[in-house]
Amino acid sequence: MSGPEPVVSIRTVSKSFVQGQVQALQEIDLEIRPREFVSLIGPSGCGKSTLLRIVGDLIQPTQGDVVVNGKTAQQARRDRDYGIVFQDAVLYDWRTVAKNISLPLEMAKWDRAKRQARVGEMLELVELTGFEDRYPWQLSGGMQQRVSIARALSFSPELLLMDEPFGALDEMTRERLNGELLRIWDDTGSTVVFVTHSIAEAVFLSTRVAVMSPRPGRIAQVIDIDLPHPRTQATREEPRFFELVTEVREALHGGSARPAPARTAEADR
Amino acid sequence: MSSLARRIGSFLLVLVGLVLLWEGFKWVAEATELRLGTFTVNDTTFPHLYDIVGQLFEPSRRNGPMLIEVLWDSALFTAKEAVAGFLLGAVVGLAIGIVLHHSRLLQRGFLPYIVASQTVPILAIAPMVVVYLGGELQAPGWVSVAVIAAYLTFFPVTVNTLRGLASADPRALELMRSYAASPFEVLWKLKLPASLPYLFAAFKISATASVVGAMIGELPSSIQDGLGGAILNFNQYYLSSPESLWATNLIAALLGISFFLVILLVERLVVRRAPEHIA
Repeated sequence: MSGPEPVVSIRTVSKSFVQGQVQALQEIDLEIRPREFVSLIGPSGCGKSTLLRIVGDLIQPTQGDVVVNGKTAQQARRDRDYGIVFQDAVLYDWRTVAKNISLPLEMAKWDRAKRQARVGEMLELVELTGFEDRYPWQLSGGMQQRVSIARALSFSPELLLMDEPFGALDEMTRERLNGELLRIWDDTGSTVVFVTHSIAEAVFLSTRVAVMSPRPGRIAQVIDIDLPHPRTQATREEPRFFELVTEVREALHGGSARPAPARTAEADR
Repeated sequence: MSSLARRIGSFLLVLVGLVLLWEGFKWVAEATELRLGTFTVNDTTFPHLYDIVGQLFEPSRRNGPMLIEVLWDSALFTAKEAVAGFLLGAVVGLAIGIVLHHSRLLQRGFLPYIVASQTVPILAIAPMVVVYLGGELQAPGWVSVAVIAAYLTFFPVTVNTLRGLASADPRALELMRSYAASPFEVLWKLKLPASLPYLFAAFKISATASVVGAMIGELPSSIQDGLGGAILNFNQYYLSSPESLWATNLIAALLGISFFLVILLVERLVVRRAPEHIA
């Protein structure tokens, strides 16, 4: 298949810690194409966050390499090719919301007027207009995470890396932000790599879900999510959604050899 | 408004309590003729507070200005030395902290000497500073005193700078790395702002230490114009006028408190943090 050039190519990447004693990732191969929304899902300690950090050149693989936009991961980082969102919002306490969003723009040497205009657009995108002069500690957890997303998108990177961004939020906020994230993804036309341990979240958001096995982390299965777009809260109640949730769960539990347990997909929602 | 009233109220309550404690102890000790070795409580060893305060408004010498006017001038002089010493110590302390933060090798090599510098008594260092700066370099006396004060004030700043710069959230550092930020940008936009609460904790210690350093520094430099000189002077006349020394101590304490309050005020203006993070 000769599609467009991949945004991210992960090529036989392995990673071990503590002088090779702990094998975190083993021979990961994955290609992510433009406009894809790919979730990495797996149990705690399967190395999904490690893999995301390798893509972002925040840590180096022990073996293999990563190509981002046709460049080495290091060159892509230096060219500011991606934005990143962590589980915690990681906002700077001493900066207002507006100043937090414009932080990457300052690094990229945008002038003040351009920065202000972009911050206004970003606040609108994450529906926080009017909160620009607040400090992070004056916002709720969900609002903080929206600021963090606005910051990651402020310089229009084509690639967005998200490390369990909604993991610390309550279920209701998480579902609402899932919907918002899909709208933003649609608006900006970016490519997303998303780490999560929530099956429902992965299925709802993604175009593809890469299911990882526990240590040493490997990609057990890649599942195409063929739910139609745009997805809404109603999507979560469609039979196809439940089928895919079941499929991902079975992949997580080590293949479909074991019959699905007698409970419904509701349990994971 | 009621919180301000409560603050003032509790301040006055403590003040009255301390006055009662002082006068009450004096009254009980004199009534019972308390003896601690050769120490007895009387108007010389333990003057009345109203005599101490009253002394401020007596002429400092026959036909001279009131004591409080003399001490006010001395306090201003010492304040000048202390401010210069504090600023010098803060800048040097910050610079040393930043350099050591960026080099583990230098940190390992130099930190023991920096710690050792604080175990050498300031009274041993002061005469050398006065001889070097005043003698060879012809620097005015207050400059020597400022350097002596700085010797006391740089240390807390260095220690807390090291602690503060290392306090930046590892995720926030990864964020800076993802922006391909230069080491200077990481320092200026992340590490220094993150260390501000630590720095201000150090500045509060250093500000009061700079007043002590300045007064002690005046002694070996034979400077008569400051509070240190005044203390030395009134010490010689203690038996005839103990209230003068106590009054000088009072002014010295007020100077230290006002230094502390200035730092507190600047902190309120500069440090933008969640309320629970402000000391």
